[in-house]
Amino acid sequence: MDLRLKIWRQKDASSQGSFETYPMEDVSPEMSFLEMLDALNKKLVEQGKEPVAFDHDCREGICGSCGMYINGHPHGPVPAVTTCLLSMRYFRDGETIWIEPWRARAFPVIRDLIVDRSAFDKIQTAGGFISVNTGGAPEANSIPVPKKDSDNAFDASICIGCGACVAACKNSSAMLFVSAKISQFALLPQGRIEAKERVRAMVEKMDELGFGSCSNTGACEAECPKQIRLTNIARLNREYYKAF
Amino acid sequence: MNKILFSSISKKFVMALAGLFLVLFLPVHLTINFMLLKSDPGPFNNAARFMATFPVIRIFEIVLISALLIHITWGITLQIGNWLARPVGYAGGSKSETAFFSKFMIWTGASVLIFLVLHFINFYFIRLGLVKGNPEDFYSVAHQLFKIPSYAIIYLACFALLGLHLYHALSSAFQTLGLNHRIWTPVVKVFAWIYAVAIPLGFAIILITIWKFR
Amino acid sequence: MAALDSKIPEGPLAQKWTKYKASVKQVNPANKKKLDIIVVGTGLSGAGAASALGELGYNVKNFCYQDSPRRAHSVAAQGGINAAKNYQNDGDSVYRLFYDMIKGGDYRAREANVYRAAEVSNQVIDHFTALGVPFARDYGGTLDTRSFGGVQVSRTFYARGQTGQQCLLGCYSSLNRQIKKGNVVMYPRREMLDLVVIDGKARGIITRNLITGEIERHSAHAVVLATGGYGTIYYLSTLAVNSNASAAWKAHKKGAFFANPSFIQIHPTCVPQLNHFQSKLTLMSESLRNDGRIWVPKEKNDKRPANSIPEEDRDYYLERRYPAFGNLVPRDVASRAAKERCDAGYGVGKTGLAVYLDFRDAIRKQGKKAIENKYGNLFEMYKTITGSDPYEEPMMIYPAGHYTMGGLWVDYELMTTIPGLYAIGEANFSDHGANRLGASSLMQAAGDGYFVLPNTICNYLADEIRLPKISTDLPEFADAEKSAVERLKSLLSINGKQTASSFHKRLGKIMWDYCGMTRNEEGLKKALVLLEELRKEFWSDLKVPGKINGVNQELEKAGRVADYLELASLLVTDALDRRESCGAHFREEFQTPDGEALRNDSGYAYVAAWEYAGEGKSHILHKEHLKFEEVELKVRSYK
Repeated sequence: MDLRLKIWRQKDASSQGSFETYPMEDVSPEMSFLEMLDALNKKLVEQGKEPVAFDHDCREGICGSCGMYINGHPHGPVPAVTTCLLSMRYFRDGETIWIEPWRARAFPVIRDLIVDRSAFDKIQTAGGFISVNTGGAPEANSIPVPKKDSDNAFDASICIGCGACVAACKNSSAMLFVSAKISQFALLPQGRIEAKERVRAMVEKMDELGFGSCSNTGACEAECPKQIRLTNIARLNREYYKAF
Repeated sequence: MNKILFSSISKKFVMALAGLFLVLFLPVHLTINFMLLKSDPGPFNNAARFMATFPVIRIFEIVLISALLIHITWGITLQIGNWLARPVGYAGGSKSETAFFSKFMIWTGASVLIFLVLHFINFYFIRLGLVKGNPEDFYSVAHQLFKIPSYAIIYLACFALLGLHLYHALSSAFQTLGLNHRIWTPVVKVFAWIYAVAIPLGFAIILITIWKFR
Repeated sequence: MAALDSKIPEGPLAQKWTKYKASVKQVNPANKKKLDIIVVGTGLSGAGAASALGELGYNVKNFCYQDSPRRAHSVAAQGGINAAKNYQNDGDSVYRLFYDMIKGGDYRAREANVYRAAEVSNQVIDHFTALGVPFARDYGGTLDTRSFGGVQVSRTFYARGQTGQQCLLGCYSSLNRQIKKGNVVMYPRREMLDLVVIDGKARGIITRNLITGEIERHSAHAVVLATGGYGTIYYLSTLAVNSNASAAWKAHKKGAFFANPSFIQIHPTCVPQLNHFQSKLTLMSESLRNDGRIWVPKEKNDKRPANSIPEEDRDYYLERRYPAFGNLVPRDVASRAAKERCDAGYGVGKTGLAVYLDFRDAIRKQGKKAIENKYGNLFEMYKTITGSDPYEEPMMIYPAGHYTMGGLWVDYELMTTIPGLYAIGEANFSDHGANRLGASSLMQAAGDGYFVLPNTICNYLADEIRLPKISTDLPEFADAEKSAVERLKSLLSINGKQTASSFHKRLGKIMWDYCGMTRNEEGLKKALVLLEELRKEFWSDLKVPGKINGVNQELEKAGRVADYLELASLLVTDALDRRESCGAHFREEFQTPDGEALRNDSGYAYVAAWEYAGEGKSHILHKEHLKFEEVELKVRSYK
């Protein structure tokens, strides 16, 4: 199929960017979205032009590197997939595709479709851990955890830190991201011990880094490639009130 | 401690509590308003006087106004923060599946605020002595006002906007307070829908009845 | 270079590690603060080492090429992590785990290292659980396990199909704690361009900042490489597309021996190639073989849809050939069997390069819900990629390059042949011999990082405490930086016509065709010629646009491919040298009459450690002869 790509090009953080239009011919419906961009980049390099820069790594939807805003959706119009697993079979012949970087003050553009997501790391550094030293852990089965809690903790823990929630949210809020980690630890006895310090530190850091607040709009949940639920945000709120 | 009190979550918490308090007041107001439909102005004016003088209600009034002011202040503060959080928007727009009305809370909220100012000039300020009028006979004030078509239309439009604000506000407040439940959250959503339709509709019915049929 | 000293401690196998720890030199806490350690890589071993060393009080600098340490490719491991906990009362023990690994590795691993890996495996599980890793649990609240290929006990701890992610995020969290404390400084988006060696000791690295393009010098008292494997040498593999061997290769060229490079595991259960632009072959966890049955049609070129092929026309070839282990034979055996069926014309799918992995019987027996609980996310992933629903029709799978057992040669202390340079996790060669058993990579990587290295590196650093902070103005740093920049410039100045990726693809094809699942002398010799030609073409017709400054992803790729083109020749050379079949290394000339690997223990029970002899010179082979004191070398049989 043939496509028309409208891609955000920006030389570096301090430059002004703009959309460039690229016709793409003979796209196979079996390609992934990133493979389609690989093909475009091959063409550009062979023409001596600079290829479109984008973050990507594992290409199996688990590392969280990739992420672009495609036709009004983070990771494109198909729910529960990352850009790397987005198949071209979901696009029509002749379609125009808008490809933009994540937009948020906390995620400045570095180049083209690459944004700086180090703010997420900073939030995790503020409190996303359980303070246990290597070698100091008790025997694993000495801390029984109800299966239900463990399963719920797992469902929250699968966040890949891609930033789609921030990109989707009209407020660029990081609440879903923060709530995933808070929930995982809040549901486990190991995590309860530092629960108060953790939630305070992470929320304080989140606010400080310029993310917006939560309007309970639900765009984050709708776009999260790992389907992290809004119930986690409610739990984050609860945990926060408990920490007063 | 300050950081905790003024964090985004705390502001939302206070907004939600204040909002729910305002929500509680509306049915009281509506119940009293139904007395406007009686041909005898006595019951309504008595109720109005009771509301204006009974000490418990006076305390309630102070809390209510404070809640309103906090709700507005934090609402605007958070909204400005939210706008700043995305300096550059998307050319392709946003097509995510969302709670639709949540995106317009600042605008429906602002409309309700403008309405409140108007409403206060029309009624509340009379009682405070800021605007000329007879505070002992709000019945007549209301009846005269609702017969002016421009006022009636503005009031009706604002009732509709209030409904939109209430719908998201109610379901959202519980989430903000941390109350999200497998069974109860859907119930709250249905209740929010009924409430958001019933309350503005009640006010509208009273107004239209007076406007067109009295 | 003197003979290889593996520094295996004296004493009985089971007591070596305890005794070692009791007698090793220590660095006192006040001195630890004065010592700098560089850790390259943030996977299970890298982030584990960085946090454990940070906890001990060393100054750690941790590097990764991704934008965040949480993205290291350990994140993609699916099935599980082994430990000898014996929670199932099925007779498991440290010894059994050790024995399974030695046997699974086809007797080409070092006994002492493997035993230690098995020994610390229990501590790894304790530690991850304490860090909040949500491993699967039973209704009583205790940890659940499942069984995995190549073993007969159930010792694999798992977190649905995302065990690697969960373990990695556990490591990431402990790393973050040390970053917050200031014990670890994180340098993301950095690519290591060279190792700095001063007076024969590793003293630092040269990196390129992948955002600004700036070339940076970092010094330390010791350098730890936790840079993973080189499976992307096949271009299409289960690895992250940016995974590379460059850091290890640069260290190799500075004097670190490279061991058993040809031992590459081909994973049997991956989504087959669908198109020409395909950049990656996605793994479908081996745990699927617990419940899925592998088959091909009995008739050649049977084009009927899988569901319309009746039971009597299906050949469950693994169950037929290996009745004892059935679908749970080790990876190398399963991979070769799939290739054998497809080469013989029984393959399915458009290309004929696929076999079925069928869950029909498991769903009938256990119910859809049970299967969903175990493999839900894998089934979803398969459906997303292929558009076909594994609940309804069998998966199609084919082997793909996966894990490299080979890597930098290390001694018992995990130190390479360059003093002060350590290699941990997949980057070293030590624990898996010629074939790795499922769920033991997470185990070894985390064990190396958290529990082994922090207890061995002190033995070296104890003698370094008098050395003050190392200046990056020393001539060795300047030289290393200069040669790194020159190399980047030369890549940029070729100005030919072909992209780095197109060379990478061609390299991958050569390696897959001649040095993949099966190898033979003729093919390997041909590969050496083809590689030489490709290398020449690369250096005369490569096109890299842009500059050194700023983001330049093509330049990153080109550097990695250039290194791969050199490593590839060594890999083939190693495969040629090893005139036997063992584990993943299958030489067609050496097989039993029924097509199984034929080992030659008298000739090849050694680790092939290759020394770089200089530009244009042949590598020098050093042999570390493996001594088996505990286990008797047997023919590995899974029948």
